[in-house]
Amino acid sequence: MLFAFMTVFFLTASSSIYAADKPPQKGESLPAINLPIPKSPDEKSYLGLSGGGSFKIPQIKAKAVIIEIFSMYCPYCQKDAPGVNELYTLIENDPDLKKKVKLIGIAAGNTPFEVDVYRKNYTVPFPLFPDQDFTIHKACGEVRTPYFIVVRINEDGSHLIVHSQLGEYPGAKPFLELVLKSSGLQ
Amino acid sequence: MKTRRTFHLTWVVGALSLCALIPMVYAISDVFKQNIYNVGTLKPVDSILKVKVGDRAPDFTLPSISQEKVTLNQYRGKMNVVLSFVPAAWTPVCSDQWPGYNIVKGIFDENHAILLGITVDNIPTLYAWTNQMGKLWFPVLSDFWPHGAVAKKYGVLRSNGVSERALFVIDTKGVLRYIDVHDINKRPPLEDLVNALEKLPK
Repeated sequence: MLFAFMTVFFLTASSSIYAADKPPQKGESLPAINLPIPKSPDEKSYLGLSGGGSFKIPQIKAKAVIIEIFSMYCPYCQKDAPGVNELYTLIENDPDLKKKVKLIGIAAGNTPFEVDVYRKNYTVPFPLFPDQDFTIHKACGEVRTPYFIVVRINEDGSHLIVHSQLGEYPGAKPFLELVLKSSGLQ
Repeated sequence: MKTRRTFHLTWVVGALSLCALIPMVYAISDVFKQNIYNVGTLKPVDSILKVKVGDRAPDFTLPSISQEKVTLNQYRGKMNVVLSFVPAAWTPVCSDQWPGYNIVKGIFDENHAILLGITVDNIPTLYAWTNQMGKLWFPVLSDFWPHGAVAKKYGVLRSNGVSERALFVIDTKGVLRYIDVHDINKRPPLEDLVNALEKLPK
């Protein structure tokens, strides 16, 4: 009995500290990421979600989702913030693209308060999610920040990572082109 | 029976040692590239505080990376002061702490507070390290020589010669109003400091 208990304990301990040894790669699926459905009606509507509880990124109503893993404490994320906002604006100003491409941010190790500080400081218009205990960051191979992942979502609900990139944000226009090409939208 | 107990004990020890191997988790900005030295998980606190809330903050004068000397008492009667001791340049959590403070100058201004960043590193090291963070709006002070003297005065010098990750909030009268000697492995949540600043007498 004790043996069985210890085995369960061991396996639980192993799984609770699971950390991917590399960032999510092109051609792979996303690691298991659960995010809370935003309370804000605008953000909910932007992501095409309803109700409460949590959701998985492929449930977002889009053909492609851009994920930025960032931190309020990261100088490059701070520097790139206006450029990433511009990416959102480029997408939203295009009546066709705005239905197909969505953008979210995941804040590694940041509290909700810290995410709010970043959101207000840079007037970030897209949904940001705190990953206070680094769960998502660990599942994503403890990437340095900012890190960008582009996911293509297929009609049948399946998904595929089509682009994965550490830093080196090239600016809104070149990055949008890269997103459209890699996700097959162009 | 004895063998069985020993077997169970092996599982317990195995599971516990696995927990001990949990790596320290932190998010590091790409700004530092591969230049951050991983110190591993450290004893959360390794010093004994020599001051308490309500005490007058011990005065000090330290050189800053802009080559000016900064004296704590120069702010007396003028501004609240936040001392942010971080253990060492080029280490994981420290490298991702001050860049956050760098975008909240507004919060410090609203609370009539200046931030003084302090480590026990020497000036050239601090200069090179903080340059990676962009232009910092607050003075960065070197408590290098006599080594860690100010950290020691406050009781936050660890046994290996680096300081704790500690925050001290000092009001305009020079009195300590908030102390957080934080677990060295973790970054103090910003809201705790902001709450402390907002509680200061206006």
